[in-house]
Amino acid sequence: MDNDFHDIALTVNGTAYNGRVESRLLLSDFLRHDLGLAGTHVGCEHGVCGACTVLLDGEPVRSCLMLAVQANTHAVSTIEGLASPIGDYSPLQQAMHDHHGLQCGYCTPGILMTMTAFLDEHASPSEDEVREALSGNLCRCTGYQNIVDAVLAAADKMRG
Amino acid sequence: MSTRSFGQPVKRNEDRKLLTGQALFVDDVELPGLLHVAFLRSQVAHARIVNIDVSRALQRRGVIAAYTADDLGTYWRHGPLLVPPPPISGAIFHERTHVPLAKDKVRHVGEPLVMVIAESRYIAEDALDDIDVELEQLPAVVDLERALAPGSALVHDDLDSNISAHLRQSKGDYATAAAKAHRVLRRRFLYEHGISSPIETRGVVAQWDARASQMTIWDTTQAPVFVRNGLAAMLGLNERNVRVIAPFVGGGFGPKIMMFYPEEVLLPWASMRLNRPLKWIEDRLEHFFATTHERGQIHDAEIAVAADGRILGIKDVFLHDGGAYDPYGLTVPINSQCTLLGPYVVPAYDSTFTQVFTNLPIVTPYRGAGRQHGVFVIERLLDLAAHELGIDRAEIRRINLIPPDAFPYNNEIIYQDFAPLSYDSGNYEPVLDMALDAIGYAGFKQQQAAALAQGRHIGIGLACYVEGTGIGPYEGAKVQVQSNGKVSIATGIGTQGQGHFTVFAQIAAEQLGVEVTDIDVVTGDTDQFYWGAGTFASRGAVVAGNAVNEAAKVVRQKALKLAGELFECSEDDLVLKGGKVSITGVPGKFITLGDLAGHANPMRGAVKPGSEPGLEATQYFGPPSGATANGVHAIIVEVDPRTFDVNILKYVVVHDCGTVINPMILAGQIHGGVAQGIGNAFFEKLAWDDQGQLLNASLADYLLPTSLDVPRMELSHTVTPSPLNPMGIKGAGEAGAIPVGPLFAQAIEDALGLLAQGIELREIPLSPSRLYELTRNGGERG
Repeated sequence: MDNDFHDIALTVNGTAYNGRVESRLLLSDFLRHDLGLAGTHVGCEHGVCGACTVLLDGEPVRSCLMLAVQANTHAVSTIEGLASPIGDYSPLQQAMHDHHGLQCGYCTPGILMTMTAFLDEHASPSEDEVREALSGNLCRCTGYQNIVDAVLAAADKMRG
Repeated sequence: MSTRSFGQPVKRNEDRKLLTGQALFVDDVELPGLLHVAFLRSQVAHARIVNIDVSRALQRRGVIAAYTADDLGTYWRHGPLLVPPPPISGAIFHERTHVPLAKDKVRHVGEPLVMVIAESRYIAEDALDDIDVELEQLPAVVDLERALAPGSALVHDDLDSNISAHLRQSKGDYATAAAKAHRVLRRRFLYEHGISSPIETRGVVAQWDARASQMTIWDTTQAPVFVRNGLAAMLGLNERNVRVIAPFVGGGFGPKIMMFYPEEVLLPWASMRLNRPLKWIEDRLEHFFATTHERGQIHDAEIAVAADGRILGIKDVFLHDGGAYDPYGLTVPINSQCTLLGPYVVPAYDSTFTQVFTNLPIVTPYRGAGRQHGVFVIERLLDLAAHELGIDRAEIRRINLIPPDAFPYNNEIIYQDFAPLSYDSGNYEPVLDMALDAIGYAGFKQQQAAALAQGRHIGIGLACYVEGTGIGPYEGAKVQVQSNGKVSIATGIGTQGQGHFTVFAQIAAEQLGVEVTDIDVVTGDTDQFYWGAGTFASRGAVVAGNAVNEAAKVVRQKALKLAGELFECSEDDLVLKGGKVSITGVPGKFITLGDLAGHANPMRGAVKPGSEPGLEATQYFGPPSGATANGVHAIIVEVDPRTFDVNILKYVVVHDCGTVINPMILAGQIHGGVAQGIGNAFFEKLAWDDQGQLLNASLADYLLPTSLDVPRMELSHTVTPSPLNPMGIKGAGEAGAIPVGPLFAQAIEDALGLLAQGIELREIPLSPSRLYELTRNGGERG
């Protein structure tokens, strides 16, 4: 069992990575500690808090509930890939800044990834829809109100 | 030209790193040769340790070491007492502080027994299964009242009871007040506060560098300076050889300040022993046991009132669950005792509490820090008295408010900081009026009747509170203009999301005439600022903020003096604005702050005797006592009488925390506090069985409020500056969380007309199933 390793190849934020991973290695640990992409945070390691959410081929997944080997051949997106290469915020990042949608910032990576995927599919969400989509991500600091406002503002901005 | 930023909703300096995944949290620290730590923790609440055998664990490939209490030798010692008992005559306190690894006996589930160090966290956790532990289980002390009954098992065998502390404080003569009263109401109240559950759990990284004789510790602590000093003493190192860094910390709310958590003591020790860097990151299951809690109190309280509803006196006797050890002294129950008095004139008060040892994790302050319990008791007593006397709930509060001309108002008892409980300033009635207006109190009865006619049960609640904030002893700050014109601020407190990188910059910007974005703030690194206490008791902005203000004032004076010398003019003719010093009325004649900083550190010439190089200053601020903030929350709820599903229709907060530095950040603090209050009022209950086992130790079972549970809030503020600091500010970190419990109980009672049925809601939390039980059982403890 100790020697149960696999070679994997995947892209993260468009960059190709190859790795040799133990079967049981969590995707969250692979991203954070093997690839040094520590922007993805781990809050509960049982799939409830949502902090570790990343996109797998554009779909939000909990990287603490996935094994690294399961990401083989897939495209992963993380918080590090949201801003433009020269550092311009995405509309959602900008709106989170403008609306004070983060305090300690620990849950923020998961919220950004979950709601980025949500906004891709919901151009004109209602507040209730935003709250429903956000309800799988726990935040202990903000009381959610400013996050909700930020997502609505980002949707507005993205519609142009 | 810089516009004024102080008092404005300035966006946060710290956001960019957090929004792009570049902020350093403890678990992000990676070091060459890093080893990983896991702890074997007791699975039972109370037992004698017969034997621990780690030999099989040591044989596992990748395991480097496994240590038990015996391996620690003389390093094994009880943790320090963070807060000694207050100097009040008759106070009883039995100091029994925690230990790094259990020896002889375990006293709560989760108490660490063995530290395992391995090449990876995965292997370290595997190795925990290899350890053989033989325990002789003892009856667990869980129930507060049974803990004090004769014959109870003892948490600490060398004591003759489970009493940790006992304290009586009083003012006036309650017996006389009660004898004169129109009515005396006596009730029992149960209040459970939950756990802080920051989304980032705790963690420690320790790196011993033998060549430099330097210990570096990355720690999710709220008080890095205390940790540095304490660990240096324990490790036998000079304080200068220990650096504690609290980098970005993912929420704290109180429990991230403990002296010391076992892991904080053990990792540096083992790092020196192995000469390797070590990392331990708490997992969520561990967090339920290994991080401190706040929990329950049982109050037997009575209120003596006149016929018009005026409070004549209050008597309260309560039990406080302290957990297995008492490193925080009497802090939490003293907060309950003091905060019960609220914004009201209480001529006679007689309050006695007993802090009880139990076989449960340690209780230390969590956002509100016992204040919730006290506020629940007074607010519920007033509601019940109003009902009994046929007085409106708002009016019974109004007639008892401390009048604005009575400040400073001395409550004649001692607060958690050992200073007399004196309210520095306040103007309470306008806050109440604004809240009543905002919630629509006057028209509510009609609204309620109309809703009921449609079969909808809506109810209204309001609760008043005060919060002692911003206590001493002191904080300091160093403000430095760099030669590039940017300003650096360093302070010793830790930060966990409060916006310190921005509000401290706003304070310095006000003095130095520079942009907030040109000010870089460092918190929580003991090599950047040597002295300090920490972030707790809603004190960061008040105490460290005022230190920043004082230091920036000195830098301002230095800049003007130096520019006056360069320009050979009076300082009165100079203006400091837009990052430069100009001569009034002479456009084009100016020097930038950066150039001035260069002049203050010359390559040639002499710095005059008695002066210092550099454009910088370090100042300290210590308030004589805490500044008292106040507020009123009001709520309208709709309750389904069959399912007891409670829906919040409207939530109003009116708050006075003195001068506001940044209203956007302040609103965020209130929002987050209310959200935690809602969790406390509704969902968050640690469910223990009678053996001290936690039955809901996961976030799937211990429910935190989500975006579907926390409503949109309407906030307003009044401003009554504090006279205790030059900026007039009061703390705001805990205010949102404090009054939510009584608000819920009151609004649900109102929605369902419970008082008319003889059912009173005298406990928190009130989950739907608990509401079902209480209404079915007629309000008695079921």
